[in-house]
Amino acid sequence: MHIPDGYLSPTTCAALYGGAAPFWYVALRRIRKALHTRLVPRLSLFSAFCFVIMMFNLPLPGGTTGHAVGVGLAPVVLGPWGAMLSLSIALVIQALFFGDGGITAIGANCFNMAIVGSLVSYGVYRAIAGRSPLVSGRRVVAAGIAGYVAINAAAFCAAIEFGIQPMLYRDAAGAPLYCPYPLSIAVPAMMIGHLTVAGLAELFVSAGVVGFLQRSDLSLLRDASGVPASVTDEEPATAGKVMRPLWVALGALMILTPLGILAGGAAWGEWLASEYADPAARQQIAASSLHQAPPGLPPKGLERLSSVWTAPFAQYAPPYVRSRAFGYLLSAMFGVGLVLLGSLAAGRFLRGRAREEAAGS
Amino acid sequence: MSGRPGRRFGSFLQHTIESLYDATSRVMYAESISRDTGLLQSLDPRVKLAGLLAWILAAALSAKLWVIAAILVLAVFLAGISRLPLALVAPVWVSALTFTGAIAVPAIFLTPGSSLYHVPIVDWNVTRQGLTTAAYLISRVETSATIVLLLVFTTPWTHVLKALRIFRVPIVLVVVLGMSFRYILLLLETASEMFESRQSRTVGKLSGDDQRRLAVSSVGVLITKAYQLSGEVFLAMHSRGFRGEVYVLHEFRMYRRDWTALALFGALAGGAAWAGH
Repeated sequence: MHIPDGYLSPTTCAALYGGAAPFWYVALRRIRKALHTRLVPRLSLFSAFCFVIMMFNLPLPGGTTGHAVGVGLAPVVLGPWGAMLSLSIALVIQALFFGDGGITAIGANCFNMAIVGSLVSYGVYRAIAGRSPLVSGRRVVAAGIAGYVAINAAAFCAAIEFGIQPMLYRDAAGAPLYCPYPLSIAVPAMMIGHLTVAGLAELFVSAGVVGFLQRSDLSLLRDASGVPASVTDEEPATAGKVMRPLWVALGALMILTPLGILAGGAAWGEWLASEYADPAARQQIAASSLHQAPPGLPPKGLERLSSVWTAPFAQYAPPYVRSRAFGYLLSAMFGVGLVLLGSLAAGRFLRGRAREEAAGS
Repeated sequence: MSGRPGRRFGSFLQHTIESLYDATSRVMYAESISRDTGLLQSLDPRVKLAGLLAWILAAALSAKLWVIAAILVLAVFLAGISRLPLALVAPVWVSALTFTGAIAVPAIFLTPGSSLYHVPIVDWNVTRQGLTTAAYLISRVETSATIVLLLVFTTPWTHVLKALRIFRVPIVLVVVLGMSFRYILLLLETASEMFESRQSRTVGKLSGDDQRRLAVSSVGVLITKAYQLSGEVFLAMHSRGFRGEVYVLHEFRMYRRDWTALALFGALAGGAAWAGH
């Protein structure tokens, strides 16, 4: 699971550092706000804990052993943002001082295990645990399944990252420059080990420790870190302040959307049925497909399905707007607005559930 | 693995204790050797961090095997003149070769391309592209592992962490990384003692379920201890006047040899990136 240097291209690594950075930023702001002066010792100790449990060998049914990453347990005890930071710090120390995972791949490893793993684990745990009391057996099951699903989600991300390397990076003779295995090999190779050994180790540790804490120290399950159990528990004013840089970035990206007009041609695989008959478009398709000529006629399924739904903002150019740039901007605003509405509705729903849950326990 | 539960229990505990001790002793050894005299030990940690990371990046960017091999040779040469013992470097090479070799070898047969040799009986083809991609993978991993070793074994870990500031890592994270590292040693020792005391009190055989219960309850105890300790550490920090602001002492100073080394690292990394393009 810990990707070493040399398996991923620098571009992939940079993209995953970029993907992880906003999560680190928001997590640090949230945790700093919640813990204030307690931040340094609490985060340090839990990062050290995350590191140490990665070294615990666990005997598994069938005679084999495995070790947990803590991706199932950390979000249950620390909340998703605290878990993200603690696991990331543990992974950085592993890469820098213990050679476990590459330095160029720190972003990828943190993205897979600390970010995707924490979010998936926390989501699954909350979904299954529901409003059950803290001492309920349902929470033990929830933690176990959360750990199992999260470690597999992280492994799946790693498999995708491995699997796209030979598609994207080859030398002049056609030899893959980084991980040589395509998705058809990388995904099963990664998932078999994680669906069996690693997933079971995570399941046993997550469920077992939650069960242990239910008997010995319930406060750790309630809200051990002092971090809100969910992002939605924070005061709206605080949450707004923390999110301000992301809003600014979102606004800037929306304003920049007309830059998309500068890119010529269609994105690969997003061709219209009508473009199969257009000689200029056919040339572009062939040029972007390793000079493989497209079929003379559009695929029948594509032709049939493309007429089922006509989007109101087709090609990001509403028919009633003359300026193409303004059409792009309008489309961006509409799309972002829809996403925000959906997020607000989901947030309101989850906040309501969290309040009911808090009242119940 | 043995079919006898008693032996399984022993080996499981032994394995865990050994891996915990290995990690601790590795850190202690790195710390002691990083203070020896040698070329890299005498350089500013920021120069080493930036320069060696540039080499790792150059190796990752290179699409030519000879460029990656040249960086590896340079790294080995640096290890030699920095007086890093071969006994320290060799196990890392062997371990990287074993792990990556196991992953790279199937690629020799699975990667499509021009056939170099046909393996009879199993009807597999060794392809030129397969050999090349396996060589890329192994050489990159060996090179990176050697360079990381150069950094860790020639620089005290506190200096490595402080040097991260050149990459604009927030100071609070640098401090958290430093404290985490320190408490890793403490928790490793605590965990080892827990397992050792359990082992010394164990007579007879434990079933697989009991072994899992033991491992899981150890993790549970450890997280409780970590939580309690974080409260105590906070109170200790608070009593000494800590109010949330973080400062780092020991500002590094660049000397002429550091600037020269930085220029050399940069030139070599730039040259390698250009040649490997």
